[in-house]
Amino acid sequence: MSDEALKELGDYISGALGAAVLKAEVAHGELMVTLTREGALRGIQFLRDDSTTRCEMLADIAGVDYPSRPERFEVVYNLLSVKHNHRIRVKVSTDEDTPVASIVSLYPVAGWFEREAWDLYGIFFADNPDLRRILTDYGFEGHPLRKDFPLTGYVELRYDEEQKRVVYEPVTLRQDFRSFDFLSPWEGMTDVQLPGDEKAVIPLGAPTPAAKR
Amino acid sequence: MATTNVATQTGAGIAVAGQPGEVQIKPLTMNFGPQHPAAHGVLRLVMEMDGEIVERADPHIGLLHRGTEKLIEYKTYTQATPYFDRLDYVSPMSMEHTWVLSVEKLLGIVPPKRGQYIRVLYAELTRVLNHLLNLTTFALDVGALTPALWGFEEREKLMEFYERVSGARMHANYFRPGGVNLDLPAGLADDIFEYTERFPKFYNDLETLLTENRVFKQRTVDIGVVSAADALAWGFSGPMLRGSNVAWDLRKAQPYDSYEEFDFDIPVGLTGDCYARYLVRMEEMKQSISIMRQALDKLSKTPGPVKVNDRKVTPPSRGEMKRSMESLIHHFKLYTEGYHVPAGETYTATESPKGELGVYLVSDGTNRPYRCKIRPTGFSHLQAMDFMSKGHMLADAVAIIGSMDIVFGEIDR
Repeated sequence: MSDEALKELGDYISGALGAAVLKAEVAHGELMVTLTREGALRGIQFLRDDSTTRCEMLADIAGVDYPSRPERFEVVYNLLSVKHNHRIRVKVSTDEDTPVASIVSLYPVAGWFEREAWDLYGIFFADNPDLRRILTDYGFEGHPLRKDFPLTGYVELRYDEEQKRVVYEPVTLRQDFRSFDFLSPWEGMTDVQLPGDEKAVIPLGAPTPAAKR
Repeated sequence: MATTNVATQTGAGIAVAGQPGEVQIKPLTMNFGPQHPAAHGVLRLVMEMDGEIVERADPHIGLLHRGTEKLIEYKTYTQATPYFDRLDYVSPMSMEHTWVLSVEKLLGIVPPKRGQYIRVLYAELTRVLNHLLNLTTFALDVGALTPALWGFEEREKLMEFYERVSGARMHANYFRPGGVNLDLPAGLADDIFEYTERFPKFYNDLETLLTENRVFKQRTVDIGVVSAADALAWGFSGPMLRGSNVAWDLRKAQPYDSYEEFDFDIPVGLTGDCYARYLVRMEEMKQSISIMRQALDKLSKTPGPVKVNDRKVTPPSRGEMKRSMESLIHHFKLYTEGYHVPAGETYTATESPKGELGVYLVSDGTNRPYRCKIRPTGFSHLQAMDFMSKGHMLADAVAIIGSMDIVFGEIDR
């Protein structure tokens, strides 16, 4: 679909859902609609049932963690219309404590996707009938895809020959965890002082090299 | 829970429950897998059985969870590609395909035609590779041994083509954002063409073994029937969706990498049962071979580069690097810092052999993805296991799992 057609579709959705739509934008040829948390269930139901949008299929639910925001989590629903051949991305934001309405009643496939978002991010979905952990181990603690969860985790397991069972132990690293970012002054790192840089700093009020010339 | 009366064989002196010749069977909770050969990997299925009838199936997944999405957040875009090979390790290049397309979308680059055709060639080769494994092990699950032996021989020939182009039989890391790593080596195109000529012979043999096989049909026809509405509601894609009579294929509907230039048909099953899904996959292999031949034909007429000529994204060749200082710097920068992807987000999906494989990629403008959500295909299929197997016999549950084409590398990520 062309960007104009998607924009029209976005305007149509904003018009029909009114205050529930916070933002509708088109980027990279994809339509993205941000809904309020309260209006999400009704909004997605509209997207499913309305004859213009008609998204019969829920392709995916993704959680995203932005720790700096007041509501740190984003729940991203990717909807697909087989009839009209378009995709609509719906976003809802929440925090650790506030539940998001489950859409299992609209799309049965949402059940596991919501379980996954709960497991990996700790996003709570109200009215999901079976909100158990899904990908992590039985008895796992924490939500591993949060940005503040370390990559190495907290525990490691091994088979204990004496107890004849698998035991958990705090993770021990032979070498400190190193995160290489490789950002360098060539690109990206523009506001960093490297040793020796202070010599190049022009004193306040002094004529700049360009002005001298 | 109600118990069921089952007629016993005549003559056996078994305790009588209600009427003569009947016994009571207790309902039972059964653990299927994770080490069962028919579980296709590490599926643990907790089933509530009433005699031999499945009343409820609760798949427990995650036994192969490796935290791929978390690991990718700590890697540069180049370093993330090999993780995709390890998702669906039966069709590695199709997994890479979604990833490179999503990165290309954010970077705003389009690979040259020759690179696109090579990707189509290998994506279709991968489809054959995947279906060969699935169909033959599916047959193995329902009792036929020969197809698996034959199919693995063919797979080995195809993996040789993988090896010749990338150096690895399975985890190829061949597709790169901006094209493919290297051009086809001399003679490979001819050998693949020769293979596509030999393939119909094998195809016919496989068909003779299975398509009209009475036992195979008894085990698959009318088993695990899914209606078109159910298939959409449960998020099915690929052959699972097409087997339920929904003509939906991303290669046709939302073409990527010049698929619109290729001439192929989308097979659709009418009945939505395990047998329909088998037939769809068989026909898809035939179509894939046809696409491969078209791609080879186009490749022979399209010389030129196989990746974009932007040195800020794709590395220079080895030879160039030895002579030019600038190339050396680019090479060093690309393999340490990597390239910066403009901030933005995209959901990109391709028609992988198993269905819609999507990547929801969020970039914050640095050299590493901020978030990479992989939309697995088998995840939603497996979720439907409960309603598909309800009321079926235990042995049918095995047939249903076989027809779902499940690989845990991508489900558990």
